[in-house]
Amino acid sequence: MTPFTTLTGIAAPLPKANVDTDQIIPARFLKTIRRTGLGKSLFANFRYDEAGAEKPDFVLNQEPYRKAEILIAFENFGCGSSREHAPWALLDFGIRCVIAPDFADIFHNNSFKNGILPVKLPREVCERLMEDARMGGNARITVDLERQVVVRPNGEEIPFEVDAFRRHCLLNGLDDIGQTLQHAPAIDTHEAKLRASQPWLFA
Amino acid sequence: MAETRPRTLFDKIWDHHVVETLPDGTTLLYIDRHLVHEVTSPQAFEGLRAAGRPVRRPDATIAVVDHNIATDSTRLSGITDPESRVQVETLEQNVEAFGVPYIPLHDARQGIVHVIGPEQGLSLPGMTIVCGDSHTSTHGALGALAFGIGTSEVEHVLATQTLLQKPARNMRVTVDGVLPPGCTAKDIVLAIIGHIGTAGGTGHVIEFAGEAIRALDMAGRMTVCNMSIEAGARAGMVAPDETTFAYVRGKPHAPKGEALERAIAWWRTLPSDAGATFDKEVVLRAEEIVPMVSWGTSPEDVLPVTATVPDPAAAADETRRAQLQRMVDYMGLVPGQKITDLRIDVAFIGSCTNSRIEDMRAAAAIAKGRKVAEGVRAMVVPGSGLVKLQAEAEGLDAVFREAGFEWREAGCSMCLGMNPDKLTPGQRCASTSNRNFEGRQGPGGRTHLVSPAMAAAAAIAGHFVDVREWSAQ
Ligand code: SF4
Repeated sequence: MTPFTTLTGIAAPLPKANVDTDQIIPARFLKTIRRTGLGKSLFANFRYDEAGAEKPDFVLNQEPYRKAEILIAFENFGCGSSREHAPWALLDFGIRCVIAPDFADIFHNNSFKNGILPVKLPREVCERLMEDARMGGNARITVDLERQVVVRPNGEEIPFEVDAFRRHCLLNGLDDIGQTLQHAPAIDTHEAKLRASQPWLFA
Repeated sequence: MAETRPRTLFDKIWDHHVVETLPDGTTLLYIDRHLVHEVTSPQAFEGLRAAGRPVRRPDATIAVVDHNIATDSTRLSGITDPESRVQVETLEQNVEAFGVPYIPLHDARQGIVHVIGPEQGLSLPGMTIVCGDSHTSTHGALGALAFGIGTSEVEHVLATQTLLQKPARNMRVTVDGVLPPGCTAKDIVLAIIGHIGTAGGTGHVIEFAGEAIRALDMAGRMTVCNMSIEAGARAGMVAPDETTFAYVRGKPHAPKGEALERAIAWWRTLPSDAGATFDKEVVLRAEEIVPMVSWGTSPEDVLPVTATVPDPAAAADETRRAQLQRMVDYMGLVPGQKITDLRIDVAFIGSCTNSRIEDMRAAAAIAKGRKVAEGVRAMVVPGSGLVKLQAEAEGLDAVFREAGFEWREAGCSMCLGMNPDKLTPGQRCASTSNRNFEGRQGPGGRTHLVSPAMAAAAAIAGHFVDVREWSAQ
């Protein structure tokens, strides 16, 4: 997993609440064998018309938001099914951070697992950031995980909260597996004990 | 310290597998057996590849294809659906690249992942068993802690042989008394889900106990544990006993000789201690269980075969009324209609719920000397190549064929609409599978969950019948 320390980039405004996982990546794209390559299907129902042509009015089809690395939305982002394809699609598109007033639980967890930072900020702050984001390429937003602040284009710093363990993992690029592998000696010990007491488990 | 407090079967297996407890209370749990199939594993292997990680214990892992394959004579000549084919081919490349043992399609041992685990002795009492599939709960019948996991967790187990878990709560469902003739494990579990609902077991691991459960053979226990996920439970389990040990003895991957005796000595310590406490308890009387039929589109919407279709107008509140109405409409039913008046188009005997040799025998006993009704398509799909061979050795295939049933190759088949075996819109099916969700067996398909004997009887009568009225030959 790529570490997340500080990200300065273009933020795309998506002024919607209850953006569910079906909107993020519709079910018809789930029969894939890859977790990469889903970026082109991100928000497919908003981005493309029935013939598959881009809808020019959707934010991610506009410059400079095609290169957005931050997404700003409203309440309950990521609700719906537990499909991990949602963070996979965001990440593959290039989004590393979602800022919203709150997130659905499973999506919130899945984001951290996949190297995406979800930042919870009050609705009125999100509205101000939404305004910043609308200024497009002239207004880069910085998300500094080390200092736990979002920096607005005007220099104003907005502090945010994040779980200490999750922060540690993101800063160091430790996915759950990387994290668990730090306990490899304990796993080795457990296995050695098993090998002695229950040899039939090792065929 | 752990010895002082009376513990449940679940507690004991859990405690035995704790590698470490992390500061936030999460447990690093050791996994003894990992079953892998083609649908939920590709992204996990892709993740390993991207991170340059090996599979930690290929010897604790087994892969098989089951969901996407055809179960007719075309199965070896290649899968026509491109996405299904890619999933199968990807698994074959992955097991090769990562050195994971694999049972290929042409192997007699191939079958539904939850049938072959116990059959091969890969699933044993006291184990932690996982698979990227919710019906992994099946293996709990052996007295194991077995549960389904997501694709990220599949990758986590492949890489570390552990999972990060929070402990579940303990629940016990006791079925006392003796099951009446004509009733089966399937009727028990449908009755339980009807009683506690699809959220009845949420957050819990269910231990099935009581005289009627102990009297079940292993196949019956697997049927019950298989559907514990339909009651919302994290897993289902039955304490290992003499029936379990007799089943395990001689299975290809089970311990042998002195190792087996040592294993059994440990397995005997696993049943819940007297005085162990359960967070939730439910008790049912076996004598009150009758052959069950699901009528709606959720496994909790079950009725005795003697009942009539409920009337949405009689529902307690508006929400439930709307829900019932939707189910009645989708299922093409008329309120007040007798269940036994429902005519079927298809009978499906198979799936990880009911495709073991015992299920084949129960269905064949009904089919013997009778004929499938005009216009009904009846299929029997054994759970594994070995079940198929055993059934053929017993002449069951001939019984089915003579009665007009299709006798097919092993796989998930019509349990889910993912391979060529599907219902067409509006078709009504008596199915021995586990899910009656809208479209589960094919878009617009209408599924009624029943036992193998009930499905066979419905195939012959052309409509549901109370199998208790039929003498099994
Ligand atoms: S038989 Fe059905 S429930 Fe069982 S593993 Fe296959 S698809 Fe899943």
